[in-house]
Amino acid sequence: MERKLVMLMLIGLMTWMHPAGHAAAFSPQVIQRGAVGDDVIELQARLQYLGFYNGKIDGVFGWRTYWALRNFQYEYGLPVDGLAGAETKRKLVNASKYYESFVKEQIRQGNEFTHYGGIPLSKQVKKRGGGGGRTVKTTASNVPKGFSQNDIRLMANAVYGEARGEPYIGQVAVAAVILNRLEHPSFPDTVAGVIFQPGAFTAVADGQIWLTPNETAKKAVLDAINGWDPTGGAIYYFNPATATSAWIWSRPQIKRIGNHIFCK
Amino acid sequence: MLRTILIAVLAVAVIGTGYWGYREHQEKNAILIHAENNYQRAFHDLAYQIDLLHDKLGATLAMNSHASLSPALAEIWKIASEAHSDVGQLPLSLLPFNKTQEFLSQIGEFTYRTAVRDLQEEPLTKEEYKTLQGLYKSAGAIRQELRNVQHLVLENNLRWMDVELALATNDQKEDNIIIDGFKAVEKNVDTFSSSSEFGPSFIGLANEEKGFVRAKGRPVSKDEAKRIARDFLGLKGTEKIKVTESGKGADERFYSLTIHDPKTKGDIYMDITKNGGYPIWVLNSRPVGKPTISLHEAANRGMAFLKRHKFTGFELYDSTQYDNVAVLTFVKSENGVRIYPEAIQMKVALDNGHVVGFTARDYLSSSIPRPLPKPAITAEEAKKKLNPHLKVMEQRQAVIMNDLQKPVLCYEFLGTLGDDTYQLFMNASTGIEEKVEKLESVEPNYE
Repeated sequence: MERKLVMLMLIGLMTWMHPAGHAAAFSPQVIQRGAVGDDVIELQARLQYLGFYNGKIDGVFGWRTYWALRNFQYEYGLPVDGLAGAETKRKLVNASKYYESFVKEQIRQGNEFTHYGGIPLSKQVKKRGGGGGRTVKTTASNVPKGFSQNDIRLMANAVYGEARGEPYIGQVAVAAVILNRLEHPSFPDTVAGVIFQPGAFTAVADGQIWLTPNETAKKAVLDAINGWDPTGGAIYYFNPATATSAWIWSRPQIKRIGNHIFCK
Repeated sequence: MLRTILIAVLAVAVIGTGYWGYREHQEKNAILIHAENNYQRAFHDLAYQIDLLHDKLGATLAMNSHASLSPALAEIWKIASEAHSDVGQLPLSLLPFNKTQEFLSQIGEFTYRTAVRDLQEEPLTKEEYKTLQGLYKSAGAIRQELRNVQHLVLENNLRWMDVELALATNDQKEDNIIIDGFKAVEKNVDTFSSSSEFGPSFIGLANEEKGFVRAKGRPVSKDEAKRIARDFLGLKGTEKIKVTESGKGADERFYSLTIHDPKTKGDIYMDITKNGGYPIWVLNSRPVGKPTISLHEAANRGMAFLKRHKFTGFELYDSTQYDNVAVLTFVKSENGVRIYPEAIQMKVALDNGHVVGFTARDYLSSSIPRPLPKPAITAEEAKKKLNPHLKVMEQRQAVIMNDLQKPVLCYEFLGTLGDDTYQLFMNASTGIEEKVEKLESVEPNYE
């Protein structure tokens, strides 16, 4: 009985000590700006431990992480290239600690937290009510310049409502038309302005825009925002089977994708 | 007895249904009125803004002092922008009503440029005065037309909902005062825009299409286009390829290819210029699995792909990971000068490192003259003109398109101020701050 208790205590002690003793966890990849994931969380946490990084540990390698890494490389006599390669990671691991389970736990609970060295971890957490139960992943996302995640979602709604039955490229094309209108002097200059312009999109008029978009529609929007325009600069499109307006037929046509004809 | 009960029950049912129907009708009317009111507000607001626009344009013509001219132009810019937004809220998209919006955005563009200019140093030119006069005249005509429509709308209680209905059903027979009025406005603007009253200083303002200036060479046939696609995408030759030619509305002739491989999920889509057979863009719609390579490795593969297809002298400018896909931006670099307008974007799948997207539209349509000019000031001199609080981290030379859509050689500085990172371009011959951008590409998730 007594032996059993000692065993249990030992196991308890081991699991309690475990996170602190934990070192090399980086995967072998070279981490560069724009990357997301566990390696970035570790990179940010370690840079913060040493005081180079003061931003949020969110798992997205943005500009703040970039400058922090470069400062670290400069101070530790490494080539300053902003890439976390093998040598940089080795020096970083040697110089810092990474309390992985602490960091992951805070992310899971959605708490605000920091990971500075020399301060007890318990003092670096600001608990948030509710939360919990989320999967451990990055708490931020890369977004294309000038667009928020909500803009992307709104566009995905429009694309899904308008073209969910179209091939993938047809969905990218509809998103591209929205973007071409933003640039065009004849149309409103905001995403919402273009989408909700009365009569501009049938999916808006009949409420199909409020269906929940799928991943494909979101991907199509992202491709269009990132520069893919399958339409060759179109600002109108119509379905020849259902179009009632004679005027739309008079527009110079560029090409047909799926069931839609795209025009100037 | 039974009969009486039955009659009573039926009577209650009839009254109940009647009441319900009445309520439904009331609710529907309320919503219709609400929608109608939104249209009415946008319309009357537009009429008011055009009134104001006309008055202010008239006032600028009489002004002589720079101190009053600049703010007046800035105000016109604001009014034009509000009128532009009003037009966007009217149910006119089924009507060819582009010219009026275009006109408003051109007024905005013109007044913005003149308002931000130092008019003390560089007063309005003769042509610009002529443009202002032209704008004043046109705004006057539009104002007259809109006032007329407005009067008729108020006098006859016309409803925009009817306009929407007439447009949707494409009812041409019945006269609609609102539609006719707006058609008259449109015609007016059209004659103005097509006359050259905006003057030579306005060339290049309307987003003009440049076409693929780099796509030179003899026209290729459909079969050659297929061969080019096979070579570019490294296809095995078992795929089915469908080729169609672009329609008459396209600025440049091109082929669109749909490549279907029965063995893989998802088709590959590609456009190729007819002249010279240059790939414009490629998108592979296959689903991408779990990442096995890093973003860095993906960037290396993207670069290798470019080299393999004779795109030399490019360097990686930006890389971003979206789930399982790397989106890369490469820009042309010559002797350390980055030429930003000549960019190629690529998508690399992180599951197997294959290129799943490519677009060279910007690169193919860039017409930046070579050789590049030499800088007239040194980097140190340009740096002195920066905001002193900015901590410069990186610097280089770069070519960008400025506000006037002209290519300019600049010193590019990457710097930090507080927690933010900025990209600044200082003109390398005049030292003017051409462009300042805050770089931010990460947004917290909302849950």
